[in-house]
Amino acid sequence: MTPLDSTQLAPVMVVNDHDHGADHDSPTQIGFWIYLMSDCIIFGALFATYAVLGGRYAGGPGPLDLFEPEFVAVETALLLFSSVTFGLAMLQAVKGNLNRTLVWLAVTGVLGAGFIGMELYEFRHLIHIGAGPDRSAFLSAFFALVGTHGLHVTGGIIWLVTLMVQIKMHGLIDANMRRLATLSMFWHFLDLIWIGVFSFVYLVRLV
Amino acid sequence: MSIETISPLFGRLSLDWIPYQEPILVGTFAAVAIGGFAVLVLMTYYGLWGSFWRDWVTSVDHKKIGIMYMVLGFIMMVRGFADALMMRAQQALAAGGAEGYLPQHHFDQVFTAHGVIMIFFVAMAFVTGIMNFVMPTQIGARDVAFPFLNNFSFWMTVAGALLVNISLFVGEFARVGWLAFPPLSGASFSTGPGMDYYLWSLQIAGVGTTLSGINLIATIIKMRAPGMKMMDMPVFTWTALATNVLIVAAFPVLTATLALLTLDRYFGMHFFTNDFGGNPMMYINLIWIWGHPEVYILIIPIFGVISEVVATFSGKPLFGYKTMVWATACIMVLSFIVWLHHFFTMGSGANVNTFFGITTMIIAVPTGVKIFNWLFTLYKGRVRLELPMYWTIGFLVTFTIGGMTGVLLAVPPVDFQLHNTLFLVAHFHNVIIGGVVFGVYAAVTYWWPKAFGFKLNDT
Repeated sequence: MTPLDSTQLAPVMVVNDHDHGADHDSPTQIGFWIYLMSDCIIFGALFATYAVLGGRYAGGPGPLDLFEPEFVAVETALLLFSSVTFGLAMLQAVKGNLNRTLVWLAVTGVLGAGFIGMELYEFRHLIHIGAGPDRSAFLSAFFALVGTHGLHVTGGIIWLVTLMVQIKMHGLIDANMRRLATLSMFWHFLDLIWIGVFSFVYLVRLV
Repeated sequence: MSIETISPLFGRLSLDWIPYQEPILVGTFAAVAIGGFAVLVLMTYYGLWGSFWRDWVTSVDHKKIGIMYMVLGFIMMVRGFADALMMRAQQALAAGGAEGYLPQHHFDQVFTAHGVIMIFFVAMAFVTGIMNFVMPTQIGARDVAFPFLNNFSFWMTVAGALLVNISLFVGEFARVGWLAFPPLSGASFSTGPGMDYYLWSLQIAGVGTTLSGINLIATIIKMRAPGMKMMDMPVFTWTALATNVLIVAAFPVLTATLALLTLDRYFGMHFFTNDFGGNPMMYINLIWIWGHPEVYILIIPIFGVISEVVATFSGKPLFGYKTMVWATACIMVLSFIVWLHHFFTMGSGANVNTFFGITTMIIAVPTGVKIFNWLFTLYKGRVRLELPMYWTIGFLVTFTIGGMTGVLLAVPPVDFQLHNTLFLVAHFHNVIIGGVVFGVYAAVTYWWPKAFGFKLNDT
């Protein structure tokens, strides 16, 4: 833990210490972590499906016809930076700084929404030019993998907004710190999955 | 392809699908409706609704949820057993050129429903119920880690079971066999709502099972009594841990696979179709990557039950506690690298078949360790032949026979001769009835006094 000004933050310190002690006994963290591993296996199955079906264009367009590296790079940057800002929000939360926590969470949410917006734009564009998920097995696998990740991020944004309202209402209480920590795990997990998607779906096929 | 005719609300289901023209179904519906009505009347007469709602439906008590899982299992067993009787009756009547009493499509539905119900809603409900009831008490926890989630998981399983039963009267059930291989289960060849019932039912129940698995692992890791180390845990708790690790590792694959088939059927995608680059073998691999660990999810907790019962009624500590734990762990890991033995005949080639044949045979080693541990526990013990012990001895004999036929089937050339025969059907019924069901009966009679406060009469 970072050194804190104990005089100014004494009450928060007490809360955090208590929280730390409670964390040790609470099964929430480990339970959520196991859930993430089960989610990871869902993505594993989707990656495997993409590995098998990714080259089956059925006479339709392939990755070189469809993907634009610059677009995906910006999309990726948005998501990666949102992980950084979530980290900053966590640091502010640990310091007990309610308003700054909310600001960084809001920035995280906006970056996440930007990512989702770009993804939806890409999907709409692909469907528009006749490269929708029913065009070929490759596109089915692409939409399923990227779309599942997108659904998770959307769920994460809804959770983020809900949690911001709860933090606004109840402050950085134990329960909210625990929720923040689990959402943080979720958010970084999705970042990790995206790095897999980015490398495996976009990067490999473009070089 | 009938993708365009799917209603956003009811899918492929329309009023035309209600089977008025089939006397067997109308008769069954009448019987179920009258029986159900009688239950409602009796519950109202005795004023049980409040207690039913407060003490059972909304209960987060792991013991009550465990008991409800068992009740669900027994109710669905009646349904699954009726399906079995219908199939056997049809096969007996339809010999020698006769058509039998069931139309073909109805027989196919009964065949599918029997497998789905017996695995997902009987065997799974039983083992989850036993784990729920017994495991927290064995580790000294007041409840599971997430009691509300536990209740939620149970009702998800019930929702899946309800969908399967509703499909009997409203529409149809899938006609594709219990694992619904495409392209038969795809939109082109399964045009009715039955396959959609299958997908939704198993998807909901499957997610419920995953959540339950997460819950029980967190319970075992975090909520053991102070000072209880992993190697101090009772063997049943160890087997529950292995089972739930398998659930969390395998069921997400089922979720993903069913979701992809759903996308194929609802949005005209091409994961498992014959055209546009789809690959049905992908489904068969994925479903068995879930399906093989699934059979170990069913039997591993029963190994734990048998270990408890044998030790108790032999008046001795279990022989080889540590080897039992390690054998369980070995089976847990090995169960993930044998899935291809379910389709040796589907053209993977001799080398691949050899690998999976050998890994399958290796599983017999830790399983044999367990059998010998139980026998050595009995050896020179002061054996009391009470009801759970009868089931256990029945288990030891029948399961061993089932296991040996399994080792035979693990030899690819033998499998080429025996696949699609009653030898295979007999093999897995030997291990599931002689293994899981006998073990469940042993568990029910063994823990009955703990649940209800009195002992069942042995005779």
